[in-house]
Amino acid sequence: MIEIQNLTKHYGEIKAIEDVSFTVNKGEILGFLGPNGAGKTTTMNIITGYMPSTSGTVTVDGYDIMDNPGEVKKRIGYLPELPPLYLDMTVSDFLNFCAQLKDVDKKVWKSQKNDIMELVKITHVQHRLIRNLSKGYRQRVGLAQALVGAPEVLILDEPTVGLDPKQIIEIRKLIKALGKNHTIILSSHILPEVSAVCERVVIINKGRIVAVDTPENLSKNLADFTKFKMTIAGPEKKVKELIQQVYGVKYLEVQNTGKNDEFGYIIEAYKDIDVRKPIFHKLAQAGYPILELRSLGLSLEEIFLQLTTEEKEVN
Amino acid sequence: MLAIWKREVQAYFYQPIAYILIGIFFAISSIYFTFGTIASQAAELNNLLSSIIFILTFVCPILTMRILTEDRKNGTEVLLVTSPVDVYQIVLGKFLASLTVFLVMFASTFIYLAIIYILGGKPEIPMLIGGYIGFLLVGASYIAIGVFASSLTENQIVAAIISFAILLVINIIDPIASFVGGFTAKVLDMFSLLSRYKDLNSGILDLTSVVYYLSFTAVFLFLTTRVIDKRRWSQG
Ligand SMILES: Nc1ncnc2c1ncn2[C@@H]1O[C@H](COP(=O)(O)OP(=O)(O)O)[C@@H](O)[C@H]1O
Ligand SMILES: [Mg+2]
Repeated sequence: MIEIQNLTKHYGEIKAIEDVSFTVNKGEILGFLGPNGAGKTTTMNIITGYMPSTSGTVTVDGYDIMDNPGEVKKRIGYLPELPPLYLDMTVSDFLNFCAQLKDVDKKVWKSQKNDIMELVKITHVQHRLIRNLSKGYRQRVGLAQALVGAPEVLILDEPTVGLDPKQIIEIRKLIKALGKNHTIILSSHILPEVSAVCERVVIINKGRIVAVDTPENLSKNLADFTKFKMTIAGPEKKVKELIQQVYGVKYLEVQNTGKNDEFGYIIEAYKDIDVRKPIFHKLAQAGYPILELRSLGLSLEEIFLQLTTEEKEVN
Repeated sequence: MLAIWKREVQAYFYQPIAYILIGIFFAISSIYFTFGTIASQAAELNNLLSSIIFILTFVCPILTMRILTEDRKNGTEVLLVTSPVDVYQIVLGKFLASLTVFLVMFASTFIYLAIIYILGGKPEIPMLIGGYIGFLLVGASYIAIGVFASSLTENQIVAAIISFAILLVINIIDPIASFVGGFTAKVLDMFSLLSRYKDLNSGILDLTSVVYYLSFTAVFLFLTTRVIDKRRWSQG
């Protein structure tokens, strides 16, 4: 449904995102997780056509955002970090305005408006000025605005920031319900939020994608396994056999280095067993030198440390 | 575009700003009408119009100062730009909204016209038409400058000061031009909105003047779309 390829955005000297690529499948809720300043808002602003990228492409339903912005914008409902609301309008007038802006058919709009207001539970405040609404209600009006015109895709930038625990739970419930017939990208810096709502998670840090997985796998890997990379000189088959014999190794993947007597090995092992020493001894005995040993798991762990991983108030 | 126009016109009248500006305009023009036109028993309105046109130098910056700044401040620019409308439609909708309030304000001078007729005066129609068209075109140009200024900043006070400064320069450009003379004077004359207004107001309905004002307005609105686009490309 959404294809993001090699997206890069520089603000002058600042590289906000670098080479970001991922895809969003039709009908899924994708979590876009990263600490503050990671580049989430920048990426979403590019996908929605608010600003152009420095390089790279975004296509939605096969339409490129640069070549066919109209077609892309029609398919996307966007709730930015700061909900875009005219405080001097009533909820009802504001939604009518959005419908005109998005060219929604008048007959369709009448019933759609009522459905949207029911769904996000703002029917009873429809004649109030947005200025007089609480933060939670404003966020709902923001969400209603994104739903105008029944777009297939919803892009929600940190929709629960600044809300109280009760409101957070309600908004999350709402997003889950919307996920039944929308494709959603939900950004967040809160790990449990993404775990609670999303089927798949893309993790971004310092402008780069560092992991893509299901929330379960991510937390499992983080908890129980370590991952590192070795570059070893020697025949692939022999070396692979030796490593697999080591107690504690769970998963092994071989990478080509371009040289035919050197290979890269991605090794995943149980956390409480240090497999590095036995691997070293085995290889040394066999006469295959280790050229490089680099921990991979650590970078992901560091990122998780920066994320908000606990939610005392909510649970 | 229509949606944006409608919203902005409503916003003007939801707030006191439109009423205040119209009130001030009407109050000042009434003074000129009572002590100028009526006192001298003149059966025309062109003198009044050329006297009160200076008010626009103050009114237009205030009228337009929040027209684009507000959207950047409260984040609605994202909504407008990510909707399937083009930037030029956004700018045009905003411009027309300001122009609408200006027209309502300007329409208040019809009252003076009615009084002149009631008192038995018979103004010359071509003079009148020239005067009104001229006033309208100057107003449209001033508003375009104001809209442009409000695209430059997030702060409405700064926007008002920028457009006021530009209008001030335009007001004194004729004396400057005649002072420096030569080629520079010719260049400065390209920005002289008021010299052409004098022609129109004396009943000379010169098509090149009309085209001049319309192009002037179009250029500033175009520059406004460029500013918005440029910011999207470089910043956020
Ligand atoms: N308009 C801007 N001008 C310059 N730098 C910016 C701008 N917007 C964001 N940045 C920088 O780009 C990086 C990514 O920001 P952002 O996309 O807002 O991250 P997130 O939404 O994940 O918190 C940050 O380092 C931020 O300082
Ligand atoms: Mg952000």
